[in-house]
Amino acid sequence: MSQDKPRTHADYRLSQLDQLEAESIHIFREVAAEFEKPVLMFSGGKDSIVMLRLAQKAFYPAKVPFPLLQVDTGFDFPEVLACRDRWVDRLSAKLVIASVEQAIADGIVIDDGKTTRNRLQIGTLLNAIEENGYTAAFGGGRRDEEKARAKERVYSHRDDFGQWDPKNQRPELWSLYNGRIHEGEHMRIFPLSNWTELDIWHYIGREQIDIPSIYFAHQRRVFRRDGMWFSESDYNPCRAGEEVVTKQVRFRTVGDLTLTGCLESEADTIDKIIDEIAIARVTERGATRGDDKFSEAAMEDRKKEGYF
Amino acid sequence: MAPEIATTEPHVGRGRMDLLRFATAGSVDDGKSTLIGRLLLDSKAIFEDQLEAVEATSHSKGYDYTDLALLTDGLRSEREQGITIDVAYRYFATPSRKFIIADTPGHIQYTRNMVTGASTADLGLVLVDARHGLTEQSRRHAVLLSLLRVPHLVLAINKMDLVDWSEQVYEQIHDEFTQFATKLAIPDLEVIPISALKGDNVVTRSENTPWYHGPTLMHHLEHVHVASDRDLVDTRFPVQYVVRPKSEEFHDYRGYAGQIAGGVLKPGDEVVVLPSGMTSTIAGIDLADQEVSEAFPPMSVTVRLADDVDVSRGDMIARVKNAPKPSQDIDAMVCWMTNAPLRPRQKLAIKHTTRSGRVMVKEIQYRLDVNTLHRDTHDVAEKGLGLNEIGRVQLRTTVPLLCDPYSKNRTTGSFILIDEATGVTVGAGMINSGN
Repeated sequence: MSQDKPRTHADYRLSQLDQLEAESIHIFREVAAEFEKPVLMFSGGKDSIVMLRLAQKAFYPAKVPFPLLQVDTGFDFPEVLACRDRWVDRLSAKLVIASVEQAIADGIVIDDGKTTRNRLQIGTLLNAIEENGYTAAFGGGRRDEEKARAKERVYSHRDDFGQWDPKNQRPELWSLYNGRIHEGEHMRIFPLSNWTELDIWHYIGREQIDIPSIYFAHQRRVFRRDGMWFSESDYNPCRAGEEVVTKQVRFRTVGDLTLTGCLESEADTIDKIIDEIAIARVTERGATRGDDKFSEAAMEDRKKEGYF
Repeated sequence: MAPEIATTEPHVGRGRMDLLRFATAGSVDDGKSTLIGRLLLDSKAIFEDQLEAVEATSHSKGYDYTDLALLTDGLRSEREQGITIDVAYRYFATPSRKFIIADTPGHIQYTRNMVTGASTADLGLVLVDARHGLTEQSRRHAVLLSLLRVPHLVLAINKMDLVDWSEQVYEQIHDEFTQFATKLAIPDLEVIPISALKGDNVVTRSENTPWYHGPTLMHHLEHVHVASDRDLVDTRFPVQYVVRPKSEEFHDYRGYAGQIAGGVLKPGDEVVVLPSGMTSTIAGIDLADQEVSEAFPPMSVTVRLADDVDVSRGDMIARVKNAPKPSQDIDAMVCWMTNAPLRPRQKLAIKHTTRSGRVMVKEIQYRLDVNTLHRDTHDVAEKGLGLNEIGRVQLRTTVPLLCDPYSKNRTTGSFILIDEATGVTVGAGMINSGN
């Protein structure tokens, strides 16, 4: 940049990725300044890892001033847990684990054999938030993911029962966030609200962010169920007629391994993943998530109950 | 009938794409949801599974076409009522730009949603039905967009197919609107004849409007120049958070974190910290672990000062010869967003930039009729300002605000009012002046 010529507006352009980053960092700092006890809900997926990177940037050179909270379904991919541990190390962060197994044992949630682990996470999460007295919980939700999310605020108010009331949301104007809550309530914070799946991947590429290896194409033993490929696992036994085969696959989202399917893919680098997504014709949840398929309003219902 | 998809190539979006935020407004029947569905579909932001769900729903409702409006009606209660009840955000991108749409409902009782959507918009898109011309609602939308200082406005005249692509209809609505807009602050206006349902002049130029020589809607959205809408002269840096690592390695580090609201900051700049009035020099500017040579809006950075001055959240860093005057008497336009009216003497919490305090309503001068711009003083002292009404209000604050007129800076000129009992955001304010 030359100092000789007068600068114009065009010299002060910020790319859209930089604008998203600036907005998210602003949100992290606002929450850290205004809430007594924030926590970052960490799933191990790419979105929550991007949140960690943004939080790291927001407070550098200080440490991230809040702990990470992970809801452990007991059915997590080992590659995801390994990546989590690397991040906890990198940030010298405090990790709080809320275990679904433990919540079942303590009678906090009830495993009737029919309810999925995904659904049992809700009670486990709400209990962990209440027990620890967290007043704000960062989540990696994006508005482009799903129709119900498209209407959710960056600061999303939760009542005493952790419920979201979509018809009674606070207006959210400019970048003025209202963090007022009453005793027993908490706020869900979505710093990635305006990011799309492609933005996340571009950012992971640009910042060279460490993500779980299962996002990249690899050889895996899988079987076909409900039109999706699932990983062979002790937790998820094959049913009659299901046959295990070895395929070159990758995961597009990361969740409970009994519910998260994978795609046949050759994409073993970030650039190849971006190319694959750019021409993909199915949303990431629609492609590989059994939990959103039950009804058209599945996500809306789970969100109202207090899902991420 | 399957919707036709225009042949734009899927884009990967590498490199320096920029960002346009726009707000859409229109009445229930103007075809706004159809237009947004069309933009998403034609820019390939709609995926097969979403389109399949919408086709299935359209079919089960007995429609003989795919109702693109179903793509954007998010909440179940809305799908049941067939109307949009809240601000929804949508995303799409072309090779040069990413777009964030704030999709706001058009009916009268939802002015607050329109104000919300417009608060962050670079451009406002107002839809009218060519058969009906300008309605009270389209005028109101234009007034709100102008009040919120949305710098660019597009008037899309929709359903041109239903008026036989009449140039005369277009010209008539164009003239009527231009006439009306002279009373408003609309620096940039484009009037585009379209058919959202059929796609004419949305992404591809229509053969039905040979008399129209302007851009298609998508072309305009992609090329409208927004970089110069920011204020790069008046330095405004509201301090959000004080970064103090207290670690071995960064033992003496003390940085002031925030998002730049105006101007360009450089190391060596002489600055003043408000409201204390202490002066210092910028020692360095950090963007995470990188030091930058200058910073400008809307960057989030951490500023280090050369002197050990007392700075905390809510303070503002500005230039010595160009700083806002700390003000406790605020003259503002307020949009009221809750059922119980705003009354004189009422006390509320206020949030302005990173500063929080309390306010007392000294006086409500008038209510603004957003259809006619008439200033209504009748009963305003007794009845106050009702839900979805906008009025000129005098406030007294407990803490001095470091503010600018909203017309100069949308960040340092705006505030929200919060009900202290419920904690709910009940008002949005745009500052005229502070004393």
